[in-house]
Amino acid sequence: MSQTAGMNYKQCFTDAVVAALMALVVFGPIMGVVLDGYKFDIDFQRVAVIVALVFVGRLIMSYYFQTEKGKAMIFKYASNHDGVTVNPPHFKSKMIWVIPLVMIIGFLIPFVASKYILTVLILGLIYVLLGLGLNIVVGLAGLLDLGFVGFYAIGAYALALGYENLGLGFWSMLPIAAIAAAFAGAILGFPVLRMHGDYLAIVTLGFGEIIRLVLTNWVSLTHGPNGISAPLPTFFGLEFKRRSASGETFHEFFNLPYDSGYKYMFVYLVLFIVVWAVLFIKHRLVKMPIGRAWEALREDEIACRSLGLNHVLVKLSAFMLGASTAGLAGVFFATYQGFVSPSSFTFFESALILAIVVLGGMGSTLGVVIAAFCLTVLPEMLREVAEFRVLIFGILMVVMMIWKPRGLVRVTRNGFAAREGAVK
Amino acid sequence: MDIVLQQLVNGLTLGSVYGLIAIGYTMVYGIIGMINFAHGDVYMVSAYLTAISIALLTFFGVQSFPFIIFGALVFTIVITGAYGWVIERVAYRPLRNSSRLSVLISAIGMSLILQNYVQLSQGPNQQGVPTLLSGAFRFYVGDGFVQITYMKVMILLIAFTGMAVLTYIIQKTKLGRMCRATQQDRKMASILGIDTDKVISSVFVIGSAMAALAGVLVTLDYGAFDFYIGFIMGIKAFTAAVLGGIGSLPGAMLGGIILGLSESLFAGLVSSDYKDVFSFSLLVLILIIRPSGLLGKPAVEKV
Repeated sequence: MSQTAGMNYKQCFTDAVVAALMALVVFGPIMGVVLDGYKFDIDFQRVAVIVALVFVGRLIMSYYFQTEKGKAMIFKYASNHDGVTVNPPHFKSKMIWVIPLVMIIGFLIPFVASKYILTVLILGLIYVLLGLGLNIVVGLAGLLDLGFVGFYAIGAYALALGYENLGLGFWSMLPIAAIAAAFAGAILGFPVLRMHGDYLAIVTLGFGEIIRLVLTNWVSLTHGPNGISAPLPTFFGLEFKRRSASGETFHEFFNLPYDSGYKYMFVYLVLFIVVWAVLFIKHRLVKMPIGRAWEALREDEIACRSLGLNHVLVKLSAFMLGASTAGLAGVFFATYQGFVSPSSFTFFESALILAIVVLGGMGSTLGVVIAAFCLTVLPEMLREVAEFRVLIFGILMVVMMIWKPRGLVRVTRNGFAAREGAVK
Repeated sequence: MDIVLQQLVNGLTLGSVYGLIAIGYTMVYGIIGMINFAHGDVYMVSAYLTAISIALLTFFGVQSFPFIIFGALVFTIVITGAYGWVIERVAYRPLRNSSRLSVLISAIGMSLILQNYVQLSQGPNQQGVPTLLSGAFRFYVGDGFVQITYMKVMILLIAFTGMAVLTYIIQKTKLGRMCRATQQDRKMASILGIDTDKVISSVFVIGSAMAALAGVLVTLDYGAFDFYIGFIMGIKAFTAAVLGGIGSLPGAMLGGIILGLSESLFAGLVSSDYKDVFSFSLLVLILIIRPSGLLGKPAVEKV
């Protein structure tokens, strides 16, 4: 029993007692004394439960870290294990058949699913788009953008304002909104991207808040907190309304009975195609020199600059691409809701998108897609724990950073082989 | 004229509060180079603790104002300090050797946890404390008058006392010397026998205690608060820290007062709807034009 001889049970116990005492001090007042006007109610039970949980948890943890396995785990997580998994050259995944399968299923879903499921899926796809956009900025280029929701808001308001003031519809605003968001990204990014990491995070956070506050307070343009309505997309000029003032509607043209589900079907299909297009473009970009430059700059900025990369332009390209993707997502969000208001674009949205990227694995496309669906669709399914959603996000972010800082799905990449005929 | 003077008075009290919170940002940044994103929410927790302590004290029959405020200060500062310690221990210490991005994301997670935890425990509604100290000095200037409530005088007195005590601790005591040594060179300090983990913990405790001081004062003055106040206050205080030069203690106090004054003047003379926009724009502008702030040292990039 040489292994247990090293066990220090007294240490375990003291650790647990200290942890429980700290838990009592920290959780006691806030959880135990519930304010009710100027009076209060006492709730001992909650405090007792949480202190007991902390005690037992710390006891188990303290015990586990003294075993051989636990020590190995500490050693593993104390070292930095960054980087990507490199596959052999010309490696082809055996899972490649999944992509056409998902595509076909995705195209068939709207014809069988109910309206409710369709709306949930649209929301999930919007977050996939946002996650992909932020993934370029945070995951690939390593620029922490906490004001991502600002670009999302620009896209959404571009559609609503373009329709109200310029009479432009969904199809013309879709590219314009993306360009507008990218342009806003350029204006913000150009002076800001010179500075390093943390400052960038705070500046973008400030920018996101400025956008939201301006949208709230510029009542004459945006109708302030009351919000503004946004148009639906049209099918080659046919509207998805019950009746249209300007010519035929969709269901009249095709001699179908009116169903409000058609518009969701159409929005879903368009969004589905756009998401695939963005996925394809991103997949290609990562393999191009610009994608390599993003990742290289993330890993070591000084080395890249010494090798002659223009770091501001490289970062700016990532920032603008991410912003334009968010702008696209904003247009879909506005048309899906039929209405936009500043309350949809709080800092919490930015944190949610960041949680998607962090959880999915920074830089990993597949991970981001899975995480986006998990974080948006699951809360819809689990309505009972909806109030714990933010708490769970927060805990996930902290735990993921300690446990797996590169996310659940690790980035893999094919290695290079020397070209045929190259001098060896 | 009287409006300007009144806004200057308001700005000075607001600024001293920003300064107190900014100290937490600037000390933590100075010592481990991270932005403690959860610091604003620590301030929010201290507002709740203030209300809880006042409710408890009045329940146990304490009526006199000095005892209540003293009790509230001690209770809030001690427990908020414990929050600072626990947050560092749980969310930041395991990440000591990780990339800056990981630590920042962990801090954002911690901020969300604190907000939601308080919301779940105390309910989403706005809470309040009764007015304990009313009355004001009035000075007549021309046609109008300038009003300084007793509460504002007390805020200024306590805030500046707090800052003076902190300056003494950092400049004269052993703990302060250890803090400064760790700030200059963490590795060297630990070679020379300073327990740097303990120093970092104590910096978090000191920063949280200062935020708690601000929390007590603002809550007593303003009366109402909810679980979301930490976010805006946090960004404003961070702006103050950056304005003064992040990492510099006198800079945080100076930055806080300048920010408070300019924000109040903007709100009084231009538009109060856009005062937050003004502060955030100021933050963006400072970071672009002079990222090292007023009193900070310019960062030298080492290769």
